[in-house]
Amino acid sequence: MTDPLIIAGKSYNSRLLTGTGKYKDLEETRLATEASGAEIITVAIRRTNIGQKPGEPNVLDVLPPSKYTLLPNTAGCYNVDDAVRTCRLARELLGGHDLVKLEVLGDEKTLFPDVTATLEAARILVKDGFKVMVYTNDDPIMAKRLEEIGCVAVMPLAAPIGSGLGIRNPYNILTIIENAKVPILVDAGVGTASDAAIAMELGCDGILMNTAIACAKNPVLMASAMNKAVQAGREAFLAGRVPRKRFASASSPIDGLFF
Amino acid sequence: MNIVLNGEPRTLPGGTLLAQLIHELGLEGKRLAVEINREIIPRSLYAQTGVKDGDRIEILHAIGGG
Repeated sequence: MTDPLIIAGKSYNSRLLTGTGKYKDLEETRLATEASGAEIITVAIRRTNIGQKPGEPNVLDVLPPSKYTLLPNTAGCYNVDDAVRTCRLARELLGGHDLVKLEVLGDEKTLFPDVTATLEAARILVKDGFKVMVYTNDDPIMAKRLEEIGCVAVMPLAAPIGSGLGIRNPYNILTIIENAKVPILVDAGVGTASDAAIAMELGCDGILMNTAIACAKNPVLMASAMNKAVQAGREAFLAGRVPRKRFASASSPIDGLFF
Repeated sequence: MNIVLNGEPRTLPGGTLLAQLIHELGLEGKRLAVEINREIIPRSLYAQTGVKDGDRIEILHAIGGG
């Protein structure tokens, strides 16, 4: 069955997007990313370590842009200027690559998005030619506004970043999905495979996760589990689940009973 | 001359080109983005961009992140 995820006109087979932070080393990053089946992976933009082992391999050496679609993020940005500046630097770094993950954070404790700053930064970036996948909260109105100004994907949180609390507000996520004409991806909050399946069963177009894989006891095995959970959840969504009923409904026919 | 490189003070010989600085840091050929005084310098201009006294230079790369 071909059921591609289409983002900014490009088709992807995998609906699981992964982050590349918090791993033990680059080899674990590479193995977990491969096991996840992800085709789109996020990276952060930071200062080079001047004078410290310039020959040391970089994340792009083990996860090359020839093999993966890189999604530079604006993690750590708490205002519009820093976020826009980071995206422009990422575009230069990746030779004109214009797909970015925008997040403008509002608070260090919750890492909840500053939605007014997010909206303002998204406007600037869209006008500047970026294809913006935007991290936001689970507010259907804000999700719609971000779509209207030209974001190519809207990515509501399911729970705070790195919390592993799962899908805390499935009805809002559902409303966001029902209202949307662009892909909706759950970004943040997934803790284990069942959370990923629940998000996909709601009808999400995809999931972006990092901590749930990288901080599992066995990240490579969890990456494989997430890969399957996202696929299972997607297939269950497309298949259409049975309605919930309060009482039993026998699976074997009554006709032909011989007693 | 004195510059600030990635937030740290540094002394360079006068007339240093950006490409020379990157070479001396062992970063030649790496995937980088460079800003001088908040202005992005495209890779194609490294060889013709002179570093000036007081410049604030940022040399950035991609790392793992979520």
